[in-house]
Amino acid sequence: MSVNNEFKPKIVAFCCNWCSYAGADLAGSSRLAYPADVKIIRVPCSCRVNPMFILRAFEKGADGVIICGCHPGDCHYSTGNYYARRRMTLLFSMLDYIGVEKGRARVEWVSAAEGVKFADTMNSFVSKIKDLGENVRLGDIRCKN
Amino acid sequence: MTTEKKQAELIREISGVEPLKCMKCGKCSATCPAYNEMDIKPHQFVSYVANENIEALVNSKSLWKCLSCFACIERCPRNVQPGKLIDAARQIVLRQKGGDYLKDEEIPELLDEELPQQLLVSAYRRYKR
Amino acid sequence: MQRIGVFVCHCGSNIAATVDVKKVVEVIRSEPGVVHAEDYQYMCSEAGQERIAIAVKEHKLTGIVVCSCSPRMHETTFRKAAERAGLNPYMVEIANIREHCSWIHKDINEGTEKAVILARAAVAKVNLNTPLYPGESRVTKRALVIGGGIAGIQTALDIADAGYEVDIVEKTPSIGGIMSQLDKTFPTLDCSACILTPKMVDAAAHEKIKLYTYSEVEKVSGFVGDFTVDIRKKARYVDADKCTGCGLCQEKCPSKKTPSEFNRGLGNRSAIYTPFAQAIPNVPVIDTDACIKFKTGKCGLCQKVCAAGAIDYTQKDEIVTEKYGAIVVATGFDTIKLDNYDEYAYNQSKDVITSLELERVMNAAGPTHGHLERLSDGKAPKEIVFIQCVGSRCSDDRGKPYCSKICCMYTAKHAMLIRDKYPDVNVTVFYIDVRTPGKNFDEFYRRAVEQYGVNYVKGQVGKVIPQPNGKLLVQGSDLLDNKQILKEADMVVLATAIEPNKDVRKIATMLTASIDTNNFLTEAHAKLRPVESPTAGIFLSGVCQGPKDIPETVSQAGAAAIKVVGLLAKDKLMTNPCTAHADELLCNGCSTCANVCPYGAISYEDKQVNDHGIRETRRIAVVNNALCQGCGACTVACPSGAMDLQGFSNRQILAEVDAICR
Repeated sequence: MSVNNEFKPKIVAFCCNWCSYAGADLAGSSRLAYPADVKIIRVPCSCRVNPMFILRAFEKGADGVIICGCHPGDCHYSTGNYYARRRMTLLFSMLDYIGVEKGRARVEWVSAAEGVKFADTMNSFVSKIKDLGENVRLGDIRCKN
Repeated sequence: MTTEKKQAELIREISGVEPLKCMKCGKCSATCPAYNEMDIKPHQFVSYVANENIEALVNSKSLWKCLSCFACIERCPRNVQPGKLIDAARQIVLRQKGGDYLKDEEIPELLDEELPQQLLVSAYRRYKR
Repeated sequence: MQRIGVFVCHCGSNIAATVDVKKVVEVIRSEPGVVHAEDYQYMCSEAGQERIAIAVKEHKLTGIVVCSCSPRMHETTFRKAAERAGLNPYMVEIANIREHCSWIHKDINEGTEKAVILARAAVAKVNLNTPLYPGESRVTKRALVIGGGIAGIQTALDIADAGYEVDIVEKTPSIGGIMSQLDKTFPTLDCSACILTPKMVDAAAHEKIKLYTYSEVEKVSGFVGDFTVDIRKKARYVDADKCTGCGLCQEKCPSKKTPSEFNRGLGNRSAIYTPFAQAIPNVPVIDTDACIKFKTGKCGLCQKVCAAGAIDYTQKDEIVTEKYGAIVVATGFDTIKLDNYDEYAYNQSKDVITSLELERVMNAAGPTHGHLERLSDGKAPKEIVFIQCVGSRCSDDRGKPYCSKICCMYTAKHAMLIRDKYPDVNVTVFYIDVRTPGKNFDEFYRRAVEQYGVNYVKGQVGKVIPQPNGKLLVQGSDLLDNKQILKEADMVVLATAIEPNKDVRKIATMLTASIDTNNFLTEAHAKLRPVESPTAGIFLSGVCQGPKDIPETVSQAGAAAIKVVGLLAKDKLMTNPCTAHADELLCNGCSTCANVCPYGAISYEDKQVNDHGIRETRRIAVVNNALCQGCGACTVACPSGAMDLQGFSNRQILAEVDAICR
């Protein structure tokens, strides 16, 4: 894809509709730059993110997956982000075993007012993924298109 | 890049201060105990660095009149902290002159129990001037 | 297979500047399902929407992808456009190529590449979209207003005048709020009580308004149109039906040393009290922490003197459950605590006061009966210093990063009133900026300077040092003269930052209304929906949404009221069709989903199923579509994969993931 040989990671970001997606919108309307490698998928709540989605992303060649939700206590649906936190903690604890370095997945809380935090989070996540390099350990089982 | 521009960047880097955060309230100058001794006032440190007017700043009397009491740092509502700027400007001058003014071997005899550590750190930069 | 049309918006140059729109159109044509793609200057304009309608007919489209701004901005617009063109509105997906792409990337190649991928993801999703049909839910034609200050009172009056019942829940013993504590109001200098108390009386007398004073919202459940709210009526220990409001109990009460909340702690009140003389309702409450009867069991004087027999020490808190269609938050504000600002000596000297305390000092019903005097020794001050922006515009962790908005004007008011009544008193105002946007505001401030001789000094005060002679040494900057000023003052008044009422976070959590880092409630849209919360059925009135003065608060209160009326006027509401749904053949009735559902929307029914020829009765999860809000918690919890969310189905999200990772 890339013209020069610079590593362009594929990063999937799941953002809840009420806080993080709005935070990403705010980052946009405040013109806060973050790498184009991040592609956002809108979900109603961070608790809609099935661990299966994350595994699928890695299987399909994503180099990093980040889940963003409302701050604890601020979930639009009261408790959704708590479920997300527990599920992801459990999933992340098994990632290494599956063949994905732990740092490739992350959960962050970004409110609708935190455009700056959204951009900062994405910048730091992308640089972390760049440090980790391409997600190759899954290569043997991955069915690349 | 001009020397002044470089120096201004150096001051920002050493101090970690972003002069653009200043809202020009003047609380630093209002709180400064050495105000009357200074030719460039604490609130002006910020605009001097922002405008890259470093020559004037490093040659000012203020550079050596600042007590490093940190009142302006403590009370600045915008976290601009002009005291850090003047401190950085001082360091630039000292670095050009080669090393600190206070020699390590002089310290033991100057020490006493009452001496706040902050003062010692500040004195490293200003002592004997 | 869907027949998808892709519409790429230029948004003027907002998108077109960093995304090659033509190229996106070209590339996306070859995506599976796409039968038509075009670009247009402003897709959201009438002409743009018309193009969509034409394309739907010409190409027999079954699904639409609009590559434009955030769906939070125009999803509804495009769904309506699709509906007008005869399509199910839920066959529309938005690829956000403005906020999430063109606005944050500078390189056109990078921007274009990303826009294409986002468009692909949206196309992949639409390929799996199915028409969705919103259900209907009923509307309880009553409204709740939380907070009985001017914002709450005005909202309630406007809703009630439109013919709907309104309840006001007020935490303190009386409605009136902060405005009742003010002496005069800017820029007209009317007496605050003279314009507020008639409104309070109107609210109390209105046949459609019910007041719950000394009450708090305890629990909220339900959703727009159908909220159920538990209200805790705290025990007053006074029977409101019997009490005549004669005031004898307060007069006779021997415990008179409690700082008066109404007078900002500057005066005392009795243990049985009404906050102020014009309180509504004019029924006292007993403060059990101060009452001798409650503390020691002895006394009971109030009961003895009450001719109406209204005092009832056995009264208990009562929980009332009410139903509402809409809820308005009007919880208002308070001034910040000044404990972090030692330099202003607020805690060291009685003569350093906040502006709100000065309101009480200047008020005829206040602790000094309206005489301007030092609170330490009662002497008349000759030199008064006002300090602006105390705790406002502070990006450090001591104060608030925002401008409190009202201080410049009320300080000009105070300065002017003092100079008018006491011409021999010198008034100095230390300011950073004087902010007077508003009708007749700047003229008002200039009058303070030009006619009343108030001395405005540009510069902040660094510290206030109490002197042994009782004076206050004020050390400040004069930035225009480049001087440091040392001034001996008799009184210092701090324009203290305002912050949302401390209970607002708790209330916002109960209402699932979003709140920002400063505890101000968030609007559904900062510009276009300023009085609505993103949570349907929750509306915002007054300072709980952001700092504002009285006229602004009243305007916003009216705006919130008309939004409520607009909602209550409907007989039925369309519900969000993006709800969860259980596959009967996969569900094993394990109850996991019901346990995670925050709305209690899932129940179980014994149902006849036909599983590949096997007929049997199984316990199966059933989602109540009116209660389900579509969060999706159950879909992930479901161990058998039976639960799915319409509009955000597993397959749809996986398709998006695949498209992005391709």
